[in-house]
Parts: sequence; C-alpha cells; structure tokens
Amino acid sequence: MKDSLFGKTLTELTALAIDNGLPRFAGKQMAEWLYQKDITSIEEMTNLSKKARESLSSNYEFGLIGSTKVQESVDGTKKYLFPTAKGKFIETAMIPDEDRKTVCVSSQVGCKMGCLFCMTGKQGFQGQLTAGEIVNQIRNIPEWHEVTNIVYMGMGEPFDNLDEVLKSLEILTSEWGFAMSPRRITVSTIGIVPGMVTFLNQSEAHLAVSMHTPFDDERQRLMPVQVAYPLSEVIHEIKSWDFGRQRRVSFEYIVFKGLNDTPRHVRELAQILNGIKCRINLIRFHPIPGTPLEGTDENTLQKFKDQLNDKGILTTIRASRGLDIYAACGLLSTKELLA
Amino acid sequence: MQKEEENKPKTIQLDEVTVTGNQEISPDVYLISWKRMHDFQPGQVVKITDDPAFPPRIYSICSGNKEDEIRVLFNVKEGGQLTPRLAGLIPGMKIHVSKPYGSFKDAKQPACWIAGGTGIAPFYSMFRSGHADNKTLIHGVRYLNHFYFEDELEEAMGERYIRCCSQEQSCNVFPGRITKYLEEKNDLSPDINYYLCGKALMVVEVRDLLISKGVSFENILAEIYF
Repeated sequence: MKDSLFGKTLTELTALAIDNGLPRFAGKQMAEWLYQKDITSIEEMTNLSKKARESLSSNYEFGLIGSTKVQESVDGTKKYLFPTAKGKFIETAMIPDEDRKTVCVSSQVGCKMGCLFCMTGKQGFQGQLTAGEIVNQIRNIPEWHEVTNIVYMGMGEPFDNLDEVLKSLEILTSEWGFAMSPRRITVSTIGIVPGMVTFLNQSEAHLAVSMHTPFDDERQRLMPVQVAYPLSEVIHEIKSWDFGRQRRVSFEYIVFKGLNDTPRHVRELAQILNGIKCRINLIRFHPIPGTPLEGTDENTLQKFKDQLNDKGILTTIRASRGLDIYAACGLLSTKELLA
Repeated sequence: MQKEEENKPKTIQLDEVTVTGNQEISPDVYLISWKRMHDFQPGQVVKITDDPAFPPRIYSICSGNKEDEIRVLFNVKEGGQLTPRLAGLIPGMKIHVSKPYGSFKDAKQPACWIAGGTGIAPFYSMFRSGHADNKTLIHGVRYLNHFYFEDELEEAMGERYIRCCSQEQSCNVFPGRITKYLEEKNDLSPDINYYLCGKALMVVEVRDLLISKGVSFENILAEIYF
C-alpha cells in the first residue's frame, strides 16, 4: 500500500521531495496542491515536472478518502461516514448556521474514555486516526471551501491521540496549509492533563474541557478519567494560563436532571472557576440506549444558566443540532459497522 | 500563553527509584518493583517513566499498602513507547515514579471487584492490603495463564474468587467472558458497590449490563486503562 501525501506537514513534504530527487521548494508546491486546491491526484500537480509526478506516483498516493454515506437532518446538519485506512469507520458532522459552517471532526475510531453519557464510548476503542484522516474530514466534504469553524468534538479524545491532532492543527493553521485562524478552531478534551499542557504550548486554538459536574465523586461516576486526571488538577493547570483576550477556554456541561443542575452545583462552579476567564456551555442531554440518566427540563436549564450568569460566569446553552440523524453531541457511533 | 508568574513549564514531580525486581509472570506480562517511599491507599496509581524526557504513563499499584515494595503489573504493548523498555529493565536500574494518587479507592463495605486482564492490579493491591473479607472478585481473561496471582487468591477467597476465561476451558473456570457470566447471574445485589477495572470496552459493557440488572450507576466505580 502506497503512503499518502495528504496529511503530511511542510517539513515532511520537503524531506520527501529531497528524498525523491525533487528540488526543496517542491515540498511547498505539493502542500499548496494538497491543502489549497481542488485536485485529487498527483498527476494534477502541474507545476511539478512530469518526471517528478511520475516518480511521486510510483511511491505515493494523493490520499483523500471519500465519504461512503451522508445523512442530512431537517435542520440542515449533515453527518458524513468516512472509512479509515485500517478498515474502520468514523463520523463527521457539518453544522450550518446563518453565517457559518462548523465541522465537528473525530480524532479516534471509538474512544477509550467510557463516559456514561456518550454513545461513542459504547463501542470501545478501535484505533487512532492519522493527521491525514483528521484533515480529510474537512477537505473531503462538499462544503470544504465554506467551512468557517472546526471543533474537535467528534468521536474520540483528541489528547489521547496528541501527535496526530497537533499535526492536523499545523496543517489547518499554517500558511502553506489551510491557513485557517486558530481562533476558529476548538479542541475539546475530557481533561488529559499532559496532552492539554502540550497542546496549550504548541497550538493557539481554543480549548474546551468536558466538565459536567464540579464535584469529584459525581464526576468519577460519569467519567472514569476522573480517577487518573482529577478535575482539580485540570483546573489548577488551566489557572496557570492566560485566557480571555484572543484565546478562549470553555467548559462543556451536559445538564442531567437532579444530578448536576442544583444551586449547590452553581455555587461550586463559581468557586472552582473563580479566577479563570471562561465560558460554560450548557448542553442538553441526548439520551442513548440503556442510559440511567435523564436530561434536565427546559425551565431548570434556563434557571441554571441564569444563576451561573448571575455569579459572573458567562454561560450559554448550546443548540442541539442534527438530533434526527444522531449527529448531536454524544451520539456519534460506528459500533454497528464493527467487524 | 502561560501567566508570567508561572512561566516555567510545569513538570510532573517524579522521584528516581531503583528497580528491585522485574519478573515476567506470564508471556509479555511483567511485575516490576521498587522500594516503597510513600504511603498509599490500595487502588491508587503511579506515573512511571524510564526517562524523564518522555512523558510518564499511569499504572495501578499492584502491591499491599504495608509492603516494603511497590509493584506494578504491565503488559508489553507491541510498538508501545514505554512498556518494551520497561520490560528490559533489571534490578539496579533506575526509573522515575510519581507519588501514588487517584480516587479509585476501596471502602469497608461489601463490594464486587470486576477485573479484565491486567485490570486485576488494583484489586490485588486491595487484597494484599487486607480489604478482601467482604468482597467478591471476578476476573476475566482470554487465556488461562492470564489468571495472575490465582493460587493466592483462590486459597484466600475461595468461592468469592470467580474466574472467567473466553478462549480456553478448565475446571472451576467459567467458560466465557465476564459479561456472559454476569448475564447468567440473577442474584446481583443492587445495594453494594461495583468496582470495574480494565480496557474501555469491557468496562463499558459490564457497566451497561449491571445497570440493566438494576444496579444504580452511582454504585459503579470504574477505572479504564488507556
């Protein structure tokens, strides 16, 4: 099987060019073809010599992977199914809004984190995605020229696949790549602290942290990761970073009826987030089969939001999108496609 | 950017310790040990690396909290960054470890411990710390030689030590996965705590099964190896 050009960084493409007897600048030329133009084959890289293209084609493939299924929601959200090189499948959501199109990308096939409320976790972990497979989810949808925002909130935990996620961010934000502003990209984590620190050091994209309750014992029952990376450690680390001007940190909070929607939770959130310029995104729970959890009612949700805002924490409620095609938060899964 | 007053990169506090033993107790499964320097509660974890330049990995402690040594059970992952190197360590060599930490801690109340493969480690630590009296241990593995510490556990826990093996059969061993064993069991108590440790899929499937059999999710505590 030939190696893919798509998904390689400028450094890798330059090294590859030299190794294949091409001039050094061919690396940048390839990057521009791969990430900025509407071509799908090495043969179409017409500013490379014919001999160079033949040489590259004998060892490499362009590397785009087309989606095999598309579903469209009544609200316009689309869910794409992509095969991976290792014969697995991942899902990607494209969420259109008035003035923007957001793509929600997956970073792993399945997930190891086992959160109680998440459908992806129910399929276990089947493998890591390469940077190419991550970026392919943006480049290979029909709307790719119109994409305004990218969120790493699909299948998998991004910081459990840190190297490939960082590489994908480099491709997306570099001038030779997609040249997107990192302020248009948000990476969401469950709170894997070492990966989060490396990400904060090496990328300028926004950070989102899945919190869901400020109390350790409750979080432990919802999110097994709490055992290894307690929320207190995550918050402690975030407090040492300067958020608020250009770069944003937000906390994701699925609101469960009677479990994490009380005044006690408001008080604790205000206390532990004190000193962090942040936002809380409240998310409606989208029930999954067999779940013992229940989403909170609209009235309580609004009240919870108001109480947090009154405490000085900017709090919003995220609109649920793509519910009818199981593209909404926590519903992505390719379990039925596992061999 | 990092705030100026804390501008130095944070480093995880790791102590250099000397390896006192590193035994292959089953093919590609090792028990590495070093002198205990800190108190801990059974069920807690440590971060380990053989080179501070590389990020440490988290492992459950697999020894009693009054023992002189701390032991950790690990299997060698093909292509892994750390475990192939750890497997090559011999007594006298150095590794770097964190203080024990973590909240996967046992309580005095009756409970059921459910482990997949090397997920036995925290429960063996609880057992060695004298917490096994009112506990049932269910250990699921693929092959019979993966029942680590079985002689000791069988002698001490008797019928409260249940072995499930999915690929091989033997007397006194349930033929099948843990989920199959639990599916067939109709007397699961909803009032005790269930501790789960192992790979993601095993933990998620067992948790779902317990919930479907009437156990509250609040009574289920899970640790996933990742």
